[in-house]
Amino acid sequence: MPETTDISEMSFETALAELEKIVSELESGNVALEQSIALYERGDALRAHCDARLKEAQLKVEKIVLGGDGALAAESADLD
Amino acid sequence: MTKSNKHEFTVSELAGSLKRTVEDAFGHVRVRGELGRVTIARSGHVYMDLKDDRAVISSIIWKGVAGKLSFRPEEGLEVIAEGKLTTYPGRSQYQLVISKLEPAGAGALMALLEERRRQLAKEGLFADDKKQKLPFLPKVIGVITSPTGAVIRDILHRIEDRFPCHVLLWPVLVQGDKAADQITAAINGFCNMSPGGEIPRPDLLIVARGGGSIEDLWPFNEENVVRAAGNCSIPLISAIGHETDWTLLDLVADRRAPTPTGAAEMAVPVRVDLAEGLARNAMRLTAALRNLLQSREIALISARRGLPKPEELLASAAQRFDFVTSRLGAALTRRIERAKLLLQQRISGLRPNILRTGIERRQLQVTAFAERLIPAANNRLRRQQDRLRSATKLLGALSHKSVLGRGFALVRDERNALVTKGSNLQDGQKVQLEFADVSRPAIIGDGTKTTRPSRKKPKPVAKNPKQGDLF
Repeated sequence: MPETTDISEMSFETALAELEKIVSELESGNVALEQSIALYERGDALRAHCDARLKEAQLKVEKIVLGGDGALAAESADLD
Repeated sequence: MTKSNKHEFTVSELAGSLKRTVEDAFGHVRVRGELGRVTIARSGHVYMDLKDDRAVISSIIWKGVAGKLSFRPEEGLEVIAEGKLTTYPGRSQYQLVISKLEPAGAGALMALLEERRRQLAKEGLFADDKKQKLPFLPKVIGVITSPTGAVIRDILHRIEDRFPCHVLLWPVLVQGDKAADQITAAINGFCNMSPGGEIPRPDLLIVARGGGSIEDLWPFNEENVVRAAGNCSIPLISAIGHETDWTLLDLVADRRAPTPTGAAEMAVPVRVDLAEGLARNAMRLTAALRNLLQSREIALISARRGLPKPEELLASAAQRFDFVTSRLGAALTRRIERAKLLLQQRISGLRPNILRTGIERRQLQVTAFAERLIPAANNRLRRQQDRLRSATKLLGALSHKSVLGRGFALVRDERNALVTKGSNLQDGQKVQLEFADVSRPAIIGDGTKTTRPSRKKPKPVAKNPKQGDLF
């Protein structure tokens, strides 16, 4: 069975790698019927997780500002 | 003493004249030499000696100029200085005021760089096993570079093209005297951010600068920069200058990018490629499941075809059943017959006569006992009667009545109590005399005195005291 790591905690790379593993496992056809359904469901959840990670991609640029006391702050950067 | 017509200076006049002459004649000089002792005063001015094998010229770099130097002046470095000569009249000194200082040719600087590289390599700073793996898809990228100029824009554009994400820019000077300290502070600053803090800690750093001369890139060879990068726990990409340039930072960085754009390409994958790959995988996933289900279905159908019909499965069993049931009736009848026979055999000995003879025998016994019982009882009765008779006779013999028959009498007072002492009786007291046949009243005394019955007992009859002796 696939490891039961919480998908929401997974990095894109790990999730994608597991998805690929599940795909080739299913494609090999050597999977019991019940297990194939479970595998598919997990694969689909991994796909959704990766999908979300791709969709949330958005450029956000901030600039570090050093305060007088050496404290750090980030502010939106205006680079032109 | 003859008075010379030669002009007579004051010291100040001479010193002033000298100063003008020197400044006029050497208003702009270019001099090559080796740096001697270098002192940076607290004011920010830099004092140093410029020397060759035979002479020394004191030199000064004012604070404003020193801040713009592309490298840190170090003792032993061969330099070309440009500036003007001036004098310091208060001390009878002259000095070179440097307005521009550069290392004397790449050779000298390269030698210095090589020496430093060897030193740091010996410490293991550039070792392969210290290299960290870059994250596949960083969430936050920290960029250390100048906020102005093409470099940051190139990086941002490329990141946006490939996989937009959160970029934190730490603005620094990328050349000049202060650059190294600022870059060092920026690397340490990012590294020391706590994960989950107010500012998200980057999971990847890019230190970048556009192309330039070896002097321009010199801050990236400074020891503090190199050590900060070596100690940094966040994976770091260096992108300094052009591909042909190299700095010590490139050697210590986890990855070296040929250009700032190249750094962005190393930092993030292409989102569209990932999305395509993901979509392809999703399709394969669905298809694989469908194929799997289909192939199972086909297998099921063919398996079902090979399965015998239910009727066929049952036929032989049904036949056996029929055969067995047909024999069952006969077998049962036979069994009952046998049981009946057995029963009859067993009950043949079981007749009322058997009981009757038992009863008759016991009746005879009872009669015999009864016949013996009556004489026995009569005997016993007679014996008892005899015993009673003799006991009665004995009783009569022993009774006082028989004594009375011999002439004795009992005296009883008014209360019918037996009088045993004659002294207790009063004269005139009434008493009863009990004889063997009847009881007669009597009065005690000589008959002259009659008294009412009193508590005093009448005098007992003379013979009374002796009554006890009779028994």
